[in-house]
Amino acid sequence: MRIGVFICHCGSNIAATVDVKKVAEAAWGMNDVVYSTDSMYTCSEPGQQAIEEAIREHKLHGVVVASCSPRMHEPTFRRTVERAGLNRYMFEMANIREHVSWIGRDKALNTLKATELVRMAVEKLRLNRVLTPKKIPATRKVLVIGGGVAGIQASLDCADAGLEVVLVEREPSIGGKMSKLDKTFPTVDCSSCILGPRMVDVAQHERITLYAYSEIDSVSGYVGNFEVNIRKKASYVDWEKCTGCGACTEKCPSRKTFDRFNEGLGATTAINIPFPQAIPKKATITAGACRQFQGKKCGVCAKFCPTGAINHEQKDEIVTVKVGAIVAATGYDLTDWTVYGEYGAGRYPDVITSLQYERMLSASGPYGGHIKRPSNGEEPKSIVFIQCVGSRDPSIGRPYCSGFCCMYTAKQAIMTKDHIPDSRSYVFYMDIRSPGKGYDEFTRRAQEEYGAQYVRGRVSQVYPRGDKMVVRGADTLLGLPVEVEADLVVLAVGGEASRDAPKLAEKLRISYDGFGFFMEGHPKLKPVETNTAGVFLAGSCQGLKDIPSSVSQGSAAAAKVMALLSRDMLESDPQTALVDIKRCIGCSKCVKVCPFGAIREQDLRGQIKAEVLEAVCQGCGLCNATCPQGAIQLSHATDNQILAEVEALLCQM
Amino acid sequence: MSQKNSYAYYPGCSAAGTSREYDISTRALCAALGLRLVDVPDWNCCGSTPAHTVDHALSAALSARNLAQSEALGLDRLITPCPSCLKNVHNAIEHMQDQHFREKVDKLTLRPLRRNHRVLSVLQVILEDVTPAGLANMVRKPLTNLKLVAYYGCLLTRPGRSMRFDDEENPTSIDRLLEAVGATMLPFPFKMECCGGSFGIPRGDVVARLGGRILSLAASTGADAVVVACPLCQMNLDTRQRQINAAGGTNIRLPVFYYTQLLGLALGLEEEKLCFDQLEVDPGPVLSRIGQAAAEEATA
Repeated sequence: MRIGVFICHCGSNIAATVDVKKVAEAAWGMNDVVYSTDSMYTCSEPGQQAIEEAIREHKLHGVVVASCSPRMHEPTFRRTVERAGLNRYMFEMANIREHVSWIGRDKALNTLKATELVRMAVEKLRLNRVLTPKKIPATRKVLVIGGGVAGIQASLDCADAGLEVVLVEREPSIGGKMSKLDKTFPTVDCSSCILGPRMVDVAQHERITLYAYSEIDSVSGYVGNFEVNIRKKASYVDWEKCTGCGACTEKCPSRKTFDRFNEGLGATTAINIPFPQAIPKKATITAGACRQFQGKKCGVCAKFCPTGAINHEQKDEIVTVKVGAIVAATGYDLTDWTVYGEYGAGRYPDVITSLQYERMLSASGPYGGHIKRPSNGEEPKSIVFIQCVGSRDPSIGRPYCSGFCCMYTAKQAIMTKDHIPDSRSYVFYMDIRSPGKGYDEFTRRAQEEYGAQYVRGRVSQVYPRGDKMVVRGADTLLGLPVEVEADLVVLAVGGEASRDAPKLAEKLRISYDGFGFFMEGHPKLKPVETNTAGVFLAGSCQGLKDIPSSVSQGSAAAAKVMALLSRDMLESDPQTALVDIKRCIGCSKCVKVCPFGAIREQDLRGQIKAEVLEAVCQGCGLCNATCPQGAIQLSHATDNQILAEVEALLCQM
Repeated sequence: MSQKNSYAYYPGCSAAGTSREYDISTRALCAALGLRLVDVPDWNCCGSTPAHTVDHALSAALSARNLAQSEALGLDRLITPCPSCLKNVHNAIEHMQDQHFREKVDKLTLRPLRRNHRVLSVLQVILEDVTPAGLANMVRKPLTNLKLVAYYGCLLTRPGRSMRFDDEENPTSIDRLLEAVGATMLPFPFKMECCGGSFGIPRGDVVARLGGRILSLAASTGADAVVVACPLCQMNLDTRQRQINAAGGTNIRLPVFYYTQLLGLALGLEEEKLCFDQLEVDPGPVLSRIGQAAAEEATA
């Protein structure tokens, strides 16, 4: 075998703490190495051309590049060697940047370690075999999980591009958080007026199938060929028959049901349609609040339903769909603000959340668009907004900035003045964070045109005095403690990952961070991809963001899906497990450990043998490690290849 | 010796001086509840605020010595009525997790601690071991017609990570105990505000302002009296009530009881044993009102 070695300087990233030339010289003495050199930027165009030329000139059979992490540039260099006529698996990478130069300062030791990593790569490459990807057909259909504004955007873009879309929403209606908002910043346009038509588009689009009040039960398969079980939760109403007339909700006697859509501001009925513009506009029964389910005699809804749609016996139903790609757009939830004892922890009716305030402002909300004190229904004249409730607070495990609260608070202060011209708004803030087109101008308008009194400082306590709420805090610009007597206190509550986001991530086999937000493929360059092929992200499930950013990401994820499914055939990764039939003793241990169900037993002339389903195998190597006979081997990471690397390391000690 | 209802008791030095009535009523109440208190032999002052302001190791050493003194008793729980003492003992235990700090303390005390200590407030023991329901069963004189606000002070449950008792912002333990014996507990937003603490001596004006806010809000709720669990709080709100009124131009007359005095009263202990006469603001009119409404209803 003839091997070429290329050691990268990566500018000064590697060369500053590794003697690159010395590593390249050392490589000359390694087994089968017939060419070795160093280059300033191996990934640059001249750098790649040098590899191609060396392959031709020195008739190389394989190439080792020592540079950055394979996660960064392995695909780049595989394409390089392929252009020069080699099989892409006749390439190995030694990570001497993240694993060496960036983490150690001792140049002599770094150089030694870099040399050892190169030797390991060479020894592994000597055992590499030509592998050929198989072509697999892809299902030209996409699953979008979450029907908020990001999911809606991704669905519509994909459907408009000709793909079949399955949209799954956990709540009875799509629309997400945006459907609860009254107005949007920085234009103060009506939220439901701009979102409503998009929701209707989803309902009417011939290529979109909507499963509302449904959740993802399980996901199997792989890019191009996912199989997803969707659990349609029992709504106890046959949605085929329900016309959304609302007769049942008018007659339902159980009128004190917690109103999820209105954030508990006011109550709803046990059978309800969340809001007038709901898509689908269908009724759902909250079993926990329904008299019939409490064993009482009722059935009023069934009596009054003109289409006989009520079915108290309905059960959850599982629907299986096959899709080629998945977009996760599961959004966020409000941080639990009741952990703040100093703000009353939910004890005071006149201390509400920003989202409750939105429902108060909304003309279709429980207060009919009038700002009133929940305690006595009076119009408040003094309103205090407290920023960063559940954001930028390490003491409750939420050190991050939620990003949208400064802006929506400015909007709410403006709306307050519009609704009650003789009112006075106070905003306690830490910093005003308003990057974005027209954003900072907007927060200035709130102060200069609408007279919102911005006070820089934290609030230490909110407590009732008489029928007023007293807000005590600091004005850190004056350096004085301040006290404001308020009729209403609005907490600008931040966001956190949607409840059960980690569970969904595990079903999708994607990573999530310590807060439950899904991990993007690369923080800058792969913002909507994940490290699982065929799974993409949109909206706040990846990190909190406002409506414009969520919509952008929805479109970006759709573009990625379109690029993926624009091909009829996808290439499968040939790095799968392989069974050596002669060595297999049919113990089936591999069948048991395989997490993907990719190995099954086969009867070969009366003997039980393991058989790998290549299309299903993800190349994790569990079977390889488990097999007592060494009969099952992971291509491109065989026992022999790993042992060769270990030996390369140990024999030089 | 049965350990079940026996506790090593550390009164703290207020108990020997300014808050004798707290100590006496605590002992009387515990006896009535069947809780056996065994005094830590030759205990010393915890150093209170002055010690830890000057030297953390010294502060910890003062508490560590008390713990060491209690080891001879063979009891697994040390209890104290005073929140400040409690905080200092907890702080000592927490800081001594650090080996280096522990060595410094051991050098000062010459008495390394031999075992782990469980330290609680008397209040926690009554709440958890006697329980409100248990108290309710023992009531001889229900505190009906008595409207109270519980003032916990800033230390009783803080810092939460070492106190591990009740809620840091909205404690309810005293409220639950007194409700169980028939008193009406009113919501009190300033239950955790600082009364000014030991500023009473160098800066009377600070206590006059902070204590004044607490008493004004308490008076505005319509309460008959304030209930406390801290000697310093009691002193600032009761003994200095006249100064507070003078400074603020107010005319508040609110007796400030220890919760132990009122629980003792409800359990039928003699008033002399509970030392109501030690209070500065005369509690007589308030005490005479107990049970009145119920009596009136009965005659009507």
